[in-house]
Amino acid sequence: MLHTEIAIIGGGPAGMCAAIAAAGQGARVTLFDRGKKLGGQLVKQTHRFFGSEKEYAGIRGIDIAKILCDEVEKNKLIDVKTDTTILAIYNDGVITYEEGKNYKRITSEKTIIATGASEKMLLFENNDLPGVYGAGAVQTLMNEHGIVPGNKVLMIGAGNIGLIVSYQLMQAGVKVEAIIDASPNIGGYLVHASKVKRLGVPILTSHTIKRALGKESVEGAVICELDEKWQPVSGTEKELDVDVICLAVGLSPQSELLRHTGCEVKYVPGLGGYVPMRDGNLQTTVNGIYVAGDTAEVEEASSAMVEGTIAGLSAAESLGYGKNISELKKSFISDLDSLRSGAVGEKIRSGIQKLGC
Amino acid sequence: MDEKNIYLCRCENFTLKELHDLLDSGITSMEEIKRLSRGTMGPCQGKTCRDLIAKEIANYLNKDMSEIDMPTYRAPVKPVKLGEIAGGNKNA
Repeated sequence: MLHTEIAIIGGGPAGMCAAIAAAGQGARVTLFDRGKKLGGQLVKQTHRFFGSEKEYAGIRGIDIAKILCDEVEKNKLIDVKTDTTILAIYNDGVITYEEGKNYKRITSEKTIIATGASEKMLLFENNDLPGVYGAGAVQTLMNEHGIVPGNKVLMIGAGNIGLIVSYQLMQAGVKVEAIIDASPNIGGYLVHASKVKRLGVPILTSHTIKRALGKESVEGAVICELDEKWQPVSGTEKELDVDVICLAVGLSPQSELLRHTGCEVKYVPGLGGYVPMRDGNLQTTVNGIYVAGDTAEVEEASSAMVEGTIAGLSAAESLGYGKNISELKKSFISDLDSLRSGAVGEKIRSGIQKLGC
Repeated sequence: MDEKNIYLCRCENFTLKELHDLLDSGITSMEEIKRLSRGTMGPCQGKTCRDLIAKEIANYLNKDMSEIDMPTYRAPVKPVKLGEIAGGNKNA
């Protein structure tokens, strides 16, 4: 059986930064990703990032993936295993995985779980029709494979993902008929909302989808208004001529592997659902198991990168590597605090407070 | 609203109507509902439907999501062929 000092599960922004940070202190790292290439969701982010310069603000997500990927690949202490899916973490410390078509096992001193999140689904009539997509799936199709999902789209969710993917659809020549959101407010940044509004896309707040129309695939959608109690207002039904219904209604942390370890979790809706309890080092309640990124709480790539760095440094420190790690960590913890400052970070701040750690 | 056409679990074709029928018949434990409906037991292993089913049960019982008996997560997290596992010893 193979052995590694730090196993990092997930090669997205959090996992890559964790690997770079831990190996930077001298630890031997094995970085796993189920994709053919590292990068996670970054590889489909064609827009420029916000935030601070240290977290690559002003650079497109896809280019950030390249920068991190190069750094991972040139570090001899990092063993990269792509096309590899972790299947289980057992309580005797054995981690099983499928590499290509082979079933294998490895043990590790420390493990960092950075498996990201999966898309939430919505309940409405005919929600199983082909043509109902998650926004992440639409991004994968368009930005990775160069395929448009259809011609006319109803976007559900006016958060940043809904707004950005709407803009990307328009860049690809697809018409976005409307963006609707059940909330009375637009959840995403104003700059993104203004951009799509200027291009003539209506953003209808306090609206929801009632049903998808069509037999073999989506041929239309019925939407309606919601009152202050989020109940449908009768007589406000409107039919839209669309062939794609795109759902950008949030993400759930992918916590299966975390659950295998038996670490304590808590249900905090503001953080995406069930999330692990963790300390300042991002260690869970199970000794040696760390988390970073959307698995810890659904946020965005900039904070995932900082969390990855903190988890990587902490894991390396616990193995006795490095000298001034606690000072270094402090600076990243303050970066994380500043990313979460202001009105935008309110949901995350109060969520983490509810988590009680 | 036609609950027959609202899918909770697309892998196992488990609809809102079927969930409400189970709940109305007095079966309100998510563990039991999972076993009876196979919801969460398809190829995606509940990634999409787990929270939807739990939330619907919570609404029905007028409870908080955190009070619902969420089923445990078992290994492996994705379907894997037995043949692959059988050949896995070569790496032991």
